Amino acid sequence: MITENLPILLVVIPLLAAPLCVLLRQPTLVWGFATLVSWMVFAISIQLLILVLQDGTISYAIGDWAPPWGIEYRIDPASAFMQLVVAGIGAVSMVFAAKSVPHEIPERRIYLFYTMYLLCLTGLLGIVVTGDAFNLFVFLEISSLSSYVLISLGHDRRALTAAFQYLIMGTLGATFILIGVGLLYMVTGTLNIADLSGRLPEPAPRTSLVAFAFLTVGTSLKLALFPLHLWLPNAYTFAPSMVTAFLAATATKVSVYILLRFFFTVFGVDVAFFDLPVGDILLPLAIVAVFAASTVAIFQENVKRLLAYSSVAQIGYMILGISFATVNGLTAGIVHIFNHALIKGGLFMALGSVFLRLGTTQIDAMAGLGRQMPLTMAAFVAGGLSLVGIPLTSGFISKWYLVTGALEKGWWLVAILVVLGSLLAVIYVWRVIEAAYFRPAPAGAAQVKEAPLAMLAATWVLIGANLYFGIDSTLTVGTASRAAEVLLGLEI
Amino acid sequence: MISLIPPGLVLVAGGFLLPLLRNPWRGWLMLALPLLTLWMVWLIPDGPVLSGAFLDYTVVPIKGDALSRLFATVFVIMAFAGAIYGLNQDKVSELAATFVYAGSAIGVAFAGDLITVFVFWEIMAIASTMVVWSAGSQRSYQAGMRYLAIHLFGGVVLMSGIVAYVGETGSTAFVSMSIPLTVDSVGAWLILVGFLINAGAPPLSAWLPDAYPEASYTGMVTLSAFTTKTAVYVLLRGFPGAEILIWIGLYMAFYGIIYALLENDMRRILAYSIVNQVGFMVAGIGIGTEMALNGAAAHAFTHIIYKALLLMSAGSVLFMTGKRKCTDLGGLFQSMPITCVCGIIGALSISSFPFTSGFISKSMISQGAADQGLTVAWFMLTAASAGVFLHAGIKFPWFVFFQKDSGLRPPDPPLNMCVAMVLFAFLCIAIGVFPGPLYALLPFPVDYVPYTFSHVITMFQLLLFSGLAFFLLLPQMKRTLTISLDVDWLYRRLAPAVIRRFGEVFVPADQRARKMVLIRFEKFVAGIFRHHGPQGILARTWPTGSTVMWVAVLLGVYLVFYYI
Repeated sequence: MITENLPILLVVIPLLAAPLCVLLRQPTLVWGFATLVSWMVFAISIQLLILVLQDGTISYAIGDWAPPWGIEYRIDPASAFMQLVVAGIGAVSMVFAAKSVPHEIPERRIYLFYTMYLLCLTGLLGIVVTGDAFNLFVFLEISSLSSYVLISLGHDRRALTAAFQYLIMGTLGATFILIGVGLLYMVTGTLNIADLSGRLPEPAPRTSLVAFAFLTVGTSLKLALFPLHLWLPNAYTFAPSMVTAFLAATATKVSVYILLRFFFTVFGVDVAFFDLPVGDILLPLAIVAVFAASTVAIFQENVKRLLAYSSVAQIGYMILGISFATVNGLTAGIVHIFNHALIKGGLFMALGSVFLRLGTTQIDAMAGLGRQMPLTMAAFVAGGLSLVGIPLTSGFISKWYLVTGALEKGWWLVAILVVLGSLLAVIYVWRVIEAAYFRPAPAGAAQVKEAPLAMLAATWVLIGANLYFGIDSTLTVGTASRAAEVLLGLEI
Repeated sequence: MISLIPPGLVLVAGGFLLPLLRNPWRGWLMLALPLLTLWMVWLIPDGPVLSGAFLDYTVVPIKGDALSRLFATVFVIMAFAGAIYGLNQDKVSELAATFVYAGSAIGVAFAGDLITVFVFWEIMAIASTMVVWSAGSQRSYQAGMRYLAIHLFGGVVLMSGIVAYVGETGSTAFVSMSIPLTVDSVGAWLILVGFLINAGAPPLSAWLPDAYPEASYTGMVTLSAFTTKTAVYVLLRGFPGAEILIWIGLYMAFYGIIYALLENDMRRILAYSIVNQVGFMVAGIGIGTEMALNGAAAHAFTHIIYKALLLMSAGSVLFMTGKRKCTDLGGLFQSMPITCVCGIIGALSISSFPFTSGFISKSMISQGAADQGLTVAWFMLTAASAGVFLHAGIKFPWFVFFQKDSGLRPPDPPLNMCVAMVLFAFLCIAIGVFPGPLYALLPFPVDYVPYTFSHVITMFQLLLFSGLAFFLLLPQMKRTLTISLDVDWLYRRLAPAVIRRFGEVFVPADQRARKMVLIRFEKFVAGIFRHHGPQGILARTWPTGSTVMWVAVLLGVYLVFYYI
């Protein structure tokens, strides 16, 4: 009974829990409740992944209205993998939030914060599990609106403008996606994603070409693909630490998932990548994203902002893998979604601990911090190495598949550029390490303590997972390559 | 059962333990770990011992054969002597890094696949940088930084090569790649370049004499042994008989000699001579016959011991006097007899003096060249041998221990340092007099008798004349500036003057070129900073409208592309 209804429970539990937070109000109580919900959701997501890997794609008809007439929740390997990432990061973030949120959010707003967080979680999970294009848009709006609020709760007043800018651009992106979905409905008369793919006429009429263009630009905006990334640095920099860690690890990744869905499931790899030159446009944009954003990251003075730009670069790697439209390329893209979620989640959490103790994340203020916060900074170093792609970290696995994918196509230059891009990552990660370990603490700086246990634990869970999946990549690469095969239509 | 643990990991793990212990426990652990490792090295049988899967590939972290054991053995011996020598080093970070460094070198020696090689390769790069940094000076920090940059770059090249090679062949096994090299396999070439960077091959030889002398008095002893010799090992395993290596090796041999002759810092002289000696080995690998490969392997073995001995001797001088320039030193034989005698034994070994270890190994490489009829290579190897005697065999002991009296009267260093030196001096002579046991360890059966009448006589003649040349040219060696015009000017001045003249033209030209590149680079960085810096167009917070414009532009672009 419960097993059958897991797909809907995954979304409904956090959705219903959100308003309950408003009723509870008392900050600690709300935190405990939201944590419980997050971990329940995480448990469900693990169960779902196991089911999908065992029995293949799960289809769940809401209210027993058979698809394509009713709304269908459809979990294939790609969505199973994504919902695990989102739910897992959500659960770990809540542990981190225990000490971080009371420090950064005024007490009277904490219950609203967790309400918004649960809504955001609902939206992200909904996008991933739904099999209905319009339902996807609704969940996208739920997650977006709640993340605007979450960002605006940052301690700095600039968080408000950052959230507003994100709101405008996010809405623009969502509108584009809606227009795309509407045009597809015009052509086919259906909104079910699986159904859509069968009903698109060949060769594609102008209407579906326009739909495709709107969907490409809309998702590119949501996933912050260069040059549409302008909302991201400010949003990540000024958001509360826990929000940055959570959103950086999940929100853009889910948008990449939307892109995968529309490109591969709806239009199909033949239309999107062989009839239309989408790969030829995404590839240069991805490479420019890697180099431009990494170079900007090198010169940043605020480490949070530095990592935000690094995220833009890392999204470039994901899109690069996707633009190959081969099994290895897609595997690289999808596995990097997972690995990068662990890396950036861990890094932003380490920075959250730094912010808790120092009250700033400026690189100069972090001088000599290696001795004062050894565990936090060790986590940062380990995460940084993974970001660079050193062997035995999960970042290496992603780079390996990316380079293999490029070589397989005979694109030498691209393979070399990927490796050179990692060298830029060495520089910006090194700047932080250099400050923390090789420079003396600034004169007159107060002696600070190591971060509280809960924050350290959350950080190290992600960093530890990151090292673990660098050595034993059976789960990540296995699931990602199955997802890639399903998306490419090689396996049903 | 115990042979399922990679022996290198024992040293790596021990390295992480060291900072947690206090003396005397730390000291005992430092001595016990290499012995334990040595025992484990010799437990490993031939063939793959441990294998597993990583991604879709087989990895073989431990695979034994004669060549692996030979290198692992000398690495362990080095780690042991280095530990004795470093017992009074109180910078525990350096000791820890040294153990990790030695352990990763042993890891490479037993690696049966390219992925394992790469992992230990990178650990080695980072650990050795830590050794350089442990000296704690500003200069060592900067030199370490440059060192790290070169080695990370080498690592990137190696990694790209491995990915490409695995893509081409579908196998990760670390076997000879000489044949793919001849058919221009991109992967094999990139791997070769990655290996050669660690060997100190041109054009990136400069990292070695740049970084090593900035390490502490103990640090340089261990640095001299592992990085370059691991590179020799992987070249032996991966590229035996690759002809290009002959010429690269010969270039390195002469590069080392010329720069060492011009140098004044005693440890930099020895650093250049590492490049020179590795050149002999690389050339031997390039020749590729069983004789030459045996010679290269044996030379790596003996070289580690005598070069460490020389550096221990130089390190003792540095430790006791705090001076490193030849011009500040001299006459130390009176108060440092042990250091002096050990230094001379090391110097004789590096010059291949009969009855020292260098003689029985280097002569095999020359013999290999002669057997193959490689006349040019043979002549150049012989000339380089004479050059070694000039720069390392005589120049180092002469200027440090004899020459003028500098007035310094430091005593011999503490007991542990003397013990380490005497141990290695003993090994140099023992291997030289009884080469049998070393020959038995070599990868191929040895059919070579070093002590024939003609070999010994040839070597003595060579040494005698180059010794004569040194003392005749001594005024130039001191680089005095007095000029006396006479008939002997022709032979005493002209030739050196030409060399010096060349230096005078070359050095400023070289510096100008570098400066120009630097200025260009600074301009380039400034340009990047304009665009990417905090206020650059790419990093500024743009008004929302600009994104909207981009959205419109991209939508248009996509539409146009989709329509056509």
